[in-house]
Amino acid sequence: MSLLSVSRLTKGFGGLTAVSNLTFDVPSGSIVGLIGPNGAGKTTVFNLITGIYRPDQGEILFDGSSIVGLLTHRIVARGIARTFQTIRLFQSLSALENVLAGHHCQMKTGLIGSLLHTGRQRREERKGIATSLKYLEYVGLEGRAAQLARNLSYGSQRLLEVARALATAPKLLILDEPAGGMNEQETTRLVDLIRSIRDRGITILLIEHDMSLVMRVCEKIVVMEYGLKIAEGGPDEIKSNPKVVEAYLGTEHDW
Amino acid sequence: MGRAAWVYGGLVLLAALPPAFLNPYWIDVLNSIGIYAVLALSLNLIVGHAGLFNLGHAAFYAVGAYTAAILNTRFGIPVLWLMPVCAFTAGFFALVVARPIIHLRGDYLCIVTIGVGEIVRIALINDVFGITGGSNGIFGIARPNLLGWVIRTPHEFYYLIWALVGVTVVLFHLLEYSRFGRALNYLREDDTAAEGSGINTAHYKLASFVVGAAWAGMVGNVYAAKMTIISPESFTFWESVLMFAIVILGGSGSIPGMLLGAFLVVGLPEIFRGFANARMLVFGAAMVVMMIFRTQGLLPARPRQYRLPEAGEGEGRA
Repeated sequence: MSLLSVSRLTKGFGGLTAVSNLTFDVPSGSIVGLIGPNGAGKTTVFNLITGIYRPDQGEILFDGSSIVGLLTHRIVARGIARTFQTIRLFQSLSALENVLAGHHCQMKTGLIGSLLHTGRQRREERKGIATSLKYLEYVGLEGRAAQLARNLSYGSQRLLEVARALATAPKLLILDEPAGGMNEQETTRLVDLIRSIRDRGITILLIEHDMSLVMRVCEKIVVMEYGLKIAEGGPDEIKSNPKVVEAYLGTEHDW
Repeated sequence: MGRAAWVYGGLVLLAALPPAFLNPYWIDVLNSIGIYAVLALSLNLIVGHAGLFNLGHAAFYAVGAYTAAILNTRFGIPVLWLMPVCAFTAGFFALVVARPIIHLRGDYLCIVTIGVGEIVRIALINDVFGITGGSNGIFGIARPNLLGWVIRTPHEFYYLIWALVGVTVVLFHLLEYSRFGRALNYLREDDTAAEGSGINTAHYKLASFVVGAAWAGMVGNVYAAKMTIISPESFTFWESVLMFAIVILGGSGSIPGMLLGAFLVVGLPEIFRGFANARMLVFGAAMVVMMIFRTQGLLPARPRQYRLPEAGEGEGRA
């Protein structure tokens, strides 16, 4: 059964068609990779799924119902969380507060409760903080709760983004180049983390340029070029697909 | 906890002292400082916490003051009872005017809010609906009556105004340490990331305007009661600029910053009266120097401190 199903998705910016007639499925409980050369339209696809852009045409079904036209925060509440290609943390807030941002939609206190710190507010706040700390620990940032996001190393900032996304309790986690800027060791740890997230029952869709990572973790790969899907299949099928090889020709990829 | 209680107790005692030895003139200066402190605290929610530039805050202040003046002089409703009504009208006004402009960014929003401030001031001068008294304003507003105690002299107003400051400081401090307060900060830091983390950014932007405006409306009520006469002159663009200057100078997002800012921006020109015509020059120069050497304000907001549970405690799932 597919958790996310994108069909005939099209989006243009002026004269440029960034995504053209794209159709693919993300099966529930799988790790799917979206790859392609720079400018192929991968991030646009993510922005369409998360509601930052509105598609010109096409349908996006999540968990059985359409999410086209919903505001981003509503889509998050439905169960799609994401990280960004360029890190977008709340830089001058602490790591804990960044994770609490993701946990926001799991909390309920309104203005009055917030002004008066009612008993319910305090219970919810304590529970929210405890949960957020667990997520920090889960991604390997234990003991860093009080540090400001901007003082964390690049790799740690990427992990913090993952923790913030997980705190929204998603069904689908969308990772936009999670290994960008990471060294070999950090990437290996990330692979373990991605697998472990999937083992918790969260489906994963990721964009990544590090081909060794994609081939190691993804069960299914969708290849895009110039906004079009040129191939789809398991890692071995993709490696031997002539179209894919051609698309990547001239760039050095050691897969 | 014990130490904090002592500090706050000391501050309250200190705040209760001035009427014992200051003359009415200086008490009145302190009253102005208190009024601007609360206005700055309310604007701080919008500018400091949510990061939305609002240079028309005087409009909300005016709506509150005129609500109190009109309802008091026409229907004889006691001024202090009108507090919640003033909060409501100012908040509702903010909801109506901010709704269509809330998606504007930075400088664009700033210009539109200046426009809103001017529209309100000019509407008041033009005696809109025949109830604002035109450029003469409204006079004869009754003195506030607190359970039989009529508040009349600057010394008496001092307690009313600084009690309002105290309540505001406590409530806004609690607000800072809450889901609501954090949500405003996420907007300020990066509103795309905030929306992407599941925060309804349009809702919180609007909420910051409405809460800030409602508070300014309550200050308007107190101001009307204190002056017994209000006119459009009291709600000019300059008032909005003063409030904005207090927020920036004191330190965006910081409650002690707002109090210190109000003391400096409102109090210093009084102290510099000896310089006669040069006093605004001295004041202006001081502000320029400040902004060059301490861009984050005098008392910048400090990161929130959370009491973290010991390992193993808590019931979160992860």
